[in-house]
Amino acid sequence: MSDKIFRVNMTTLTTCVEEVPANWAGHGGRGLTSTIVTAEVPPTCHPLGPNNKLIIAPGLLSGTPAANSGRLSFGGKSPLTGTIKESNAGGTAAQLMARCGCKALILEGRPAGNTWYSLAVSPKGVTINVETELIGKGNFEVVSTVTGRIAKKHALISIGQTGEMRMAAANISVKDSEGHLRSAGRGGLGAVMGSKRVKFITIDPQDGKVAIADPEKFKAANKIFTKALTSHPISQGLGQYGTNVLVNIINEAGGLPTKNFTAGQFAGHDKISGETMYDRIMERGGKPKHGCHPGCVIQCSQIYNDLKGQYKTSGFEYESIWAMGADCCVDNLDHIAEADSLMDDLGLDSIETSVAMGVAMEGGLLEFGDGEGILRILKEEVAKGTGLGRIIGGGAGLVGKTFGVARVPVVKNQAIPAYDPRAIKGIGITYATSTMGADHTMGYAIATNILKVGGSVDPLAKEGQVELSRNLQIATAAIDSTGMCLFIAFAALDDATCLPALIDLINARFGINLTGDDVVNLGKYILKTERAFNEAAGFTRTDDRLPEFFEYEPLAPHNMVWDFTGEEIDSFWDF
Amino acid sequence: MKITVRLFAFFREGRFIEEQLEYPDRTTVAGVINDLGIDINAVGVTMISSRHCPLDAELRDGDQLGIFPMIGGG
Ligand code: SF4
Repeated sequence: MSDKIFRVNMTTLTTCVEEVPANWAGHGGRGLTSTIVTAEVPPTCHPLGPNNKLIIAPGLLSGTPAANSGRLSFGGKSPLTGTIKESNAGGTAAQLMARCGCKALILEGRPAGNTWYSLAVSPKGVTINVETELIGKGNFEVVSTVTGRIAKKHALISIGQTGEMRMAAANISVKDSEGHLRSAGRGGLGAVMGSKRVKFITIDPQDGKVAIADPEKFKAANKIFTKALTSHPISQGLGQYGTNVLVNIINEAGGLPTKNFTAGQFAGHDKISGETMYDRIMERGGKPKHGCHPGCVIQCSQIYNDLKGQYKTSGFEYESIWAMGADCCVDNLDHIAEADSLMDDLGLDSIETSVAMGVAMEGGLLEFGDGEGILRILKEEVAKGTGLGRIIGGGAGLVGKTFGVARVPVVKNQAIPAYDPRAIKGIGITYATSTMGADHTMGYAIATNILKVGGSVDPLAKEGQVELSRNLQIATAAIDSTGMCLFIAFAALDDATCLPALIDLINARFGINLTGDDVVNLGKYILKTERAFNEAAGFTRTDDRLPEFFEYEPLAPHNMVWDFTGEEIDSFWDF
Repeated sequence: MKITVRLFAFFREGRFIEEQLEYPDRTTVAGVINDLGIDINAVGVTMISSRHCPLDAELRDGDQLGIFPMIGGG
């Protein structure tokens, strides 16, 4: 089956299936969402207005047997940052969408009335249905009800109440193989889906399959690729401790943002660490190792049970645990798990929301460390959409303004995640220059600065950081186009067989002859395309800066400040 | 001299989380790793007092040494 573009117009409530324009054909995932956003969304439009679009695109390899290829990209103009946005998630939707022959789903327009809808995607196209029962409900109820309605295997994409209320921290969730959730967390695209009054999207591939041009070559490449992933020691550690293994090493390095970014080490670090989490998962009969989609051979996800041995949360990641933990000084892992589950159900980005809580704590809303207080605010304010709840759900920047706080860790209004840029300078360059606002995944300098994967750059020195972030951001943009989970990057940085095998997989899938240089050029094209959108939306180089407090508040234990000049940061774009 | 040694991830299994240990002067990071029976090839990162250090770095009295296997996340 040849791939098509599925278009849904929510103003006219019509759908159609279109041929793929020639200049979109080589793209997938982030490369495709950013290409379509740039082609079709006016950069100055209001993100919640009728002219913004939500683009959903599987990666180039999604739906094939390639290991770890099930990431789904969501793109549009972000209500949080006002920039272009791509946010991706695991779950089963990318694979099943690809099997529908859907290269991208474009959701445009906005209905006039107050009616809510759901969409059903199949190889024949998309149908629009009125939805009443699940409006006002959380993601968990959407999953259980829709699973009850559709007996056969399907994928599900949905928003919680916060997406319906169009909060800027609202995410989009994707069901995984076991009915739990993975989220395209950052940038508030859940609010864009809510503005179009689409509560959920189901995907039924029927007997659709992804065609592979050269199956023999594909199989051989996948074998090499899978071996590179599974034999890398970091993949093995991810399987045991999950990404939360980072709490202790980032703390040891003095870069764990604590108490709203006022210290680089957290006294309670070991209580929320991956090691402690692993012991607790084993004691309570959970599962330390779990994949977010079939075909994942790394399995960084896990099932975390509560004290009674009942399921509490999964995909319990370092960034979420850091944010609700060290940044808010909560050292009770069960409170953090409960908050994680609430945020999943409400459909909130756990980084943005937790950093917003940290800023609110500094503003006097709660004492630092008050895990119970956080749970109460999530349940009684955010879930109900009270004034305070909407401020928290509007993200860290809005909370800072509302509470008169000067120490607001955001870039382009998006919360800075779990690595302090004063103690780990390479990641600061990524935060500053990313086309998406502060986002560690855009150029994960932690690998080289702290973990010593793919070389070694001194985290406290400026030398080499701009170049490092540039190379990582270019590579990441390309990887984000393949549908690959970013955790393949550790193997890719260290194992010389990994990237060539990945390129062979793409070539065998499409019957083409990409080279390593083509892939680098793809990454560069994506970054430049995204930046051009941002410039047309009104962003300038002065937006590529970290918040001022990083320059005048030294961070213990290293007592370092952020000391890159604007010129040095801007040299990032010299390519 | 007294060194505070902190172990992480599976290096803790059958050993300890944090202990103060006594070593002769000029003991290196590798010396401590070998003394603890840790496979040096499995070591990813070592830090003395929150700074990365090479395996042949000599320790000084009162140092805090962190030993990590190869780990990652993000
Ligand atoms: S490594 Fe983790 S994020 Fe990546 S595909 Fe597997 S479970 Fe999902």
